[in-house]
Amino acid sequence: MAELKTKDVLFGPILYNNPIALQVLGICSALAVTGSLKVSLVMAAAVIAVTCASNVAVSLIRSQIPSSIRIIVQMTIIASLVIVVDQFLQAYAYQISKQLSVFVGLIITNCIILGRAEGFAMQNGPWLSFVDGLGNGLGYSLILVVVATVRESLGAGTLFGYAIMPEWYVPNGLMLLPPSAFFLIGLFIWAVRTWDPDQVEEEEYEMQPHRVREAF
Amino acid sequence: MSQSNDTIRKTLIVAVSLSIVFSVVVSGSAVMLRPLQEKNKALSTRSNMIAASGVLSSDASNEKVSEAFDRFEVLLVEMGTGEVVSPGTVNAETAEAYDQREASRDAALSSSLDKDPAGINRLAQYRKVYLLRDGEKVSKVVLPIHGYGLWSTMYGFLALKGDANTVEGVRFYEHAETPGLGGEIENPEWTAKWKGKKIYQSGEWTDPAFALVKGGVGENTEGKEHKVDALSGATLTSRGVGNTVNFWLGDRGYGPFLKKVRQGEI
Repeated sequence: MAELKTKDVLFGPILYNNPIALQVLGICSALAVTGSLKVSLVMAAAVIAVTCASNVAVSLIRSQIPSSIRIIVQMTIIASLVIVVDQFLQAYAYQISKQLSVFVGLIITNCIILGRAEGFAMQNGPWLSFVDGLGNGLGYSLILVVVATVRESLGAGTLFGYAIMPEWYVPNGLMLLPPSAFFLIGLFIWAVRTWDPDQVEEEEYEMQPHRVREAF
Repeated sequence: MSQSNDTIRKTLIVAVSLSIVFSVVVSGSAVMLRPLQEKNKALSTRSNMIAASGVLSSDASNEKVSEAFDRFEVLLVEMGTGEVVSPGTVNAETAEAYDQREASRDAALSSSLDKDPAGINRLAQYRKVYLLRDGEKVSKVVLPIHGYGLWSTMYGFLALKGDANTVEGVRFYEHAETPGLGGEIENPEWTAKWKGKKIYQSGEWTDPAFALVKGGVGENTEGKEHKVDALSGATLTSRGVGNTVNFWLGDRGYGPFLKKVRQGEI
């Protein structure tokens, strides 16, 4: 394997290999928590904390993990860390943890975290794994923040709860519903892939041209 | 990965030690952070009480909440008689420090119910009431209520105006009803519909006439001043909420106390 540079590991996942935009992972929570910017930031911080810590933990014991139970070992580590993060939120950000409700617990099932633990931390040292966790967490956060900014400003006319839209603006309720996050993430993926065409996936099959056959 | 990791012995060692380490981490964080979490929970309950009374909105800052809370008077009321008792009766330092949830599990301070429409199992003999006065006159009465919905016991506050009949507001702060269906009892748009509804029929102060009804409450609905639109998709939760309100405002609950408030004895 070629030597990995810290800088590439950190910044790669933000735009070139974004967990949401390229790998299309972690969509569920991205749809659910992006209704307001404040909640998204807390969610992003929680995910960054869990990816970094779980990557380091998995990387530290990677040479001891029997391959037959490696996924369970990774899940145990991730689940424990998520519970710890949830406890911290309940202690220090109670209102927001109530708004995030079940989605903090669902960080356990966020594919980004397990994907990084299995795909990166199992093969690399603690420092690089930490940086990779941070990079992927930031990549996830970037999308969350962009989507939440658009959704909160158009959907509620506010940012961080402060009104930013002019008086005449009628809030668009659709923006507060999860489908709008789908549209926004789709547009974001389109934008990123137009800017960097290497990310466009190869078509798996080509459509047959449409032919009209005379019936008689 | 070396082959030696895949022996049964190694697998067991890794599994057991991992479990031990992470159970210590998880329980350690839970135990260490508990005091802070409970403080948050108490503060949030308090802010819900004040939000139900309409004095502050639910997103008010902690300082404002404590400031507003100081204006409320906390009374301990005997269920069924409406007598106000001193905190000493329940061995509490202040009425606020009394834990009625704890008391409802204490055989000496509570009784089990035969007829139990609200599904609360045990009724604490003494319960808290929050009063706000405007001069001498009572202007708001906030009653802590709870009852069983579909999945869970729902805890909330019901605030009445000084006439001890008109609803000022309601707020449920702890429940585990289905999110999106029964969980909508938290929805401010729905709780706003409660405002101005009358619990009792004028003249007859005994049985609460309050009800949640299907199909909405329009201009022509009979007895519309007592009725609130039930939650769609949450029949059992709505039924639980209706029963809860009627139980707590009935004779066995706060009814007798409210009668005293109405007569100006409190």
